[in-house]
Formats: sequence, C-alpha cells, structure tokens
Amino acid sequence: MPLPIEEIKELITSSIPDATIEIKDLAGDSNHYSAKISSKVFNGISKIEQHKLVYKSLKGKMGNELHALSITTEGK
Amino acid sequence: MDIKSEIENIINNSEVCLFMKGVPEAPQCGFSMTVSNILKNLNVNYKAINVLENEEIRNGIKVYSDWPTIPQLYIKGEFVGGCDIIKEMFEKGELKELLKAKNLI
Repeated sequence: MPLPIEEIKELITSSIPDATIEIKDLAGDSNHYSAKISSKVFNGISKIEQHKLVYKSLKGKMGNELHALSITTEGK
Repeated sequence: MDIKSEIENIINNSEVCLFMKGVPEAPQCGFSMTVSNILKNLNVNYKAINVLENEEIRNGIKVYSDWPTIPQLYIKGEFVGGCDIIKEMFEKGELKELLKAKNLI
C-alpha cells in the first residue's frame, strides 16, 4: 500500500521535531522514495543509530507499507 | 537450534556476511544488487545468505539487528549497515578502509 510523502514527513516530524526533511518520489508511484533528513538528534551518534531513529519514527511501516525508502541523514 | 543461535552461527562463521534477496549472480532486489556489486567491486570474499529461501531467517535477521530492511552486511560479527549506509561508506572510501583494517582485502 503506497504511503504519501506528506504522511512520511508527519511521521518523521512527530518523532524528530527539528528534522529538516527532503523527500523525492523516485518512480512516481508513491512507493519508492529517497529522503534526506537532518536533525540535531543525529549529532554524535553512528549512522546505524541515525537510520534506526528514522525507521522507528515510521512505526513499523518500513519494510511493510513502505518498501523502498533510501535514507541519507546528517546532524545539524 | 533457535533462529537467533542459527543467525549467530552464520555471522560468526564467515568474516563477511551479506543477508540479501536473491544470490549475488541474480539479486532479486535493487538494494541487494547494489551491496553485492560493491562487495564484488572491492574484491572481498563474502558469504551471501538468500533470505528469500528462508522465511525464519528473513524475519529473524531483522529482529537480531533491530533493522527493518534487507540487505544487511556483517563484518567480523558486527552489523555494518544496510544499502544506504554501505553505499555511502563505499563512496567515501570508508568501506575499503574498514575491510583493509580488518585484513579482509
């Protein structure tokens, strides 16, 4: 089931309020996205931990409703 | 043997392990293909585990690493990342350095 960009942004922002989020719909099918996210919460933690925070904000949708979301994270 | 021990066995018995969809010669997902191509490019020997052949491992590995997606790369027993992280590390030359530091290439 496709997940609209706005819904992804809301989910991420609800867990990471200061996040600056840039999402691209790669295939135009609301199912393959790339997201660039920066936040202060990423400062000083590993890439794995950064991506886990993003996955957690998506509340189990990653790997299910959301098949393909390529993530780039950075601190602020 | 429970699935966690089975996964630990796999990870501890090969220095570089890639849990992927499909096999390196015929990946079944673009993300899995990206990581297996990176490993081929770096000329590193690795064990590929096709999670599509084993539903228990497919789910178990996600629980094991607390990571919701496949592929997953393990080096010397340690989870290093999924497709995005591995790609970024490769592009920055960090993956090569890590493999060199661990005497794997």
